[in-house]
Amino acid sequence: MKEEIIIAGFGGQGVLSMGKILAYGGIMQDQEVTWMPSYGPEMRGGTCNVSVILSDNKISSPILSRFDTAIILNQQSLDKFESRVKPGGVLIYDPNGITRHPERKDIKVCRIAAADEAAKLGNAKAYNMIVLGAYLKVKPIVTMANVLEGLRKSLPERHHGLIPMNEQAISIGMKAVEIL
Amino acid sequence: MAEKILMKGNEAIAYAAINCGCDGYFGYPITPQSEVMETLMQEKPWETTGMVVLQAESETSSINMVYGGASCGKKVMTSSSSPGISLMCEGLSYLAGCELPCLVVNVMRGGPGLGTIQPSQSDYFQATKGGGHGDYRTIVLAPASVQDMYDFVDLSFELAFKYRNPVMILGDGIVGQMMEKVELSPAKPRRTDEEVRTLCDSWATLGKPASRPGNIVTSLALDADIMERHNIHLQNKYATIESEEVRYETYKTEDAEYLIVAFGCMSRISENVVELAREDGIKLGVLRPITLYPYPEKALDALVPRMKSIMSVELNSGQMVEDVRRIAAGRVPVHFYGRQGGVIPSPEEIYEAFVKTIKK
Repeated sequence: MKEEIIIAGFGGQGVLSMGKILAYGGIMQDQEVTWMPSYGPEMRGGTCNVSVILSDNKISSPILSRFDTAIILNQQSLDKFESRVKPGGVLIYDPNGITRHPERKDIKVCRIAAADEAAKLGNAKAYNMIVLGAYLKVKPIVTMANVLEGLRKSLPERHHGLIPMNEQAISIGMKAVEIL
Repeated sequence: MAEKILMKGNEAIAYAAINCGCDGYFGYPITPQSEVMETLMQEKPWETTGMVVLQAESETSSINMVYGGASCGKKVMTSSSSPGISLMCEGLSYLAGCELPCLVVNVMRGGPGLGTIQPSQSDYFQATKGGGHGDYRTIVLAPASVQDMYDFVDLSFELAFKYRNPVMILGDGIVGQMMEKVELSPAKPRRTDEEVRTLCDSWATLGKPASRPGNIVTSLALDADIMERHNIHLQNKYATIESEEVRYETYKTEDAEYLIVAFGCMSRISENVVELAREDGIKLGVLRPITLYPYPEKALDALVPRMKSIMSVELNSGQMVEDVRRIAAGRVPVHFYGRQGGVIPSPEEIYEAFVKTIKK
């Protein structure tokens, strides 16, 4: 098994931490992982992305030009990464703020209205976990138990009280995702 | 099984320093390596192992604090990125001249000048051929993974004290910023004063006992004969390092007819290029120098006659390729592919460039 993912959106949406939790989930099931962020001018505001690789074998290049899955959270990222999903791959996007929707027919396109769901939940911070839930529904490469274990590892202990809320957000994402 | 932790390369440097009994870190923040000092400040090792962590007022100051700590036989280090390392080069020359052990980590970014904060390998010349003035050498290790970043800290201190010489970990923005899982090593306690005295009494400035003359740490010798003797002594030491400390890895070179030579992150990207080539029936392999100084001369020399051509792949305008050409010595064509200024090529892009070279 090898899954190469790009997660892209605005700074502040939790793109990097979603990638980190996914990577930790991979470690929990004894996989090799890499997490490579954009750390350029992006982290000073604007777009932000991270590529995550989970693999049963040693990972060579952490730098990718094509992805099995693209998780897209703003228009700029959709414009940049839609063409870089491998044929037969998956593109998951949040339609919030999107004016030009995905057009490719040779990939599986999924929609998660995560901004709306987070608003309904009354917790904007749950946004990235809703998106993660959507992804795990479409590609169950990491089990819920391992994701939660990953959360425990990546969150400082003082925040462990937030884990049930994160679990709930992941479940919401799993239910709300639409496969187009 | 040891615990495996997800961390950034820069964080790995910090955790490894605490874990291997480092006595002091002196640094000044610069992207893309600021997490080294941030992690150390967060971990507060002065409360546990007694390790000193100090933010100096500049890189010049950091390297001179390292100079002072090393003179006292302490395990000391600094880290920076390209422009900061340039500022440290005067100090590095003095440390090498005085034969002092220390670790300098360079998480390279694109240059020249202030350049960019994106990854680069454009300090190969600076790290391996000098940087500072005078006939000196720095042992240079090139990490390709976060585990390497972690493991090379302890290894660097071992080499630094074995040869009383500065050691540099020459990483780049990719290995610094990337997260991977790291298997932690068993902790080494910091050396006690007594251990430092046993190990370093012949040269370190530890206070003069009645039993011996005082130790003087200096790189100054106004008498040309004395200076030449010291230089010859240094060159003999470097010759020992060149015969004892070469480290490298190969990937699918057993049956290879073509070779990529690449270090650090580029060696990993090149492994993917090998897979692309082999899908097309082209027998390509990779030689990855782990020590850039001492360079794996013999390993490359032995591979050259079996190859139809060689390509050096680097994140610069062609620096290591000069060494590859020197060793290949005209026996086979040596090509170069590189991107500069912080641009990272994909495996596909490198493969396309490689295919052009073999069709020529």
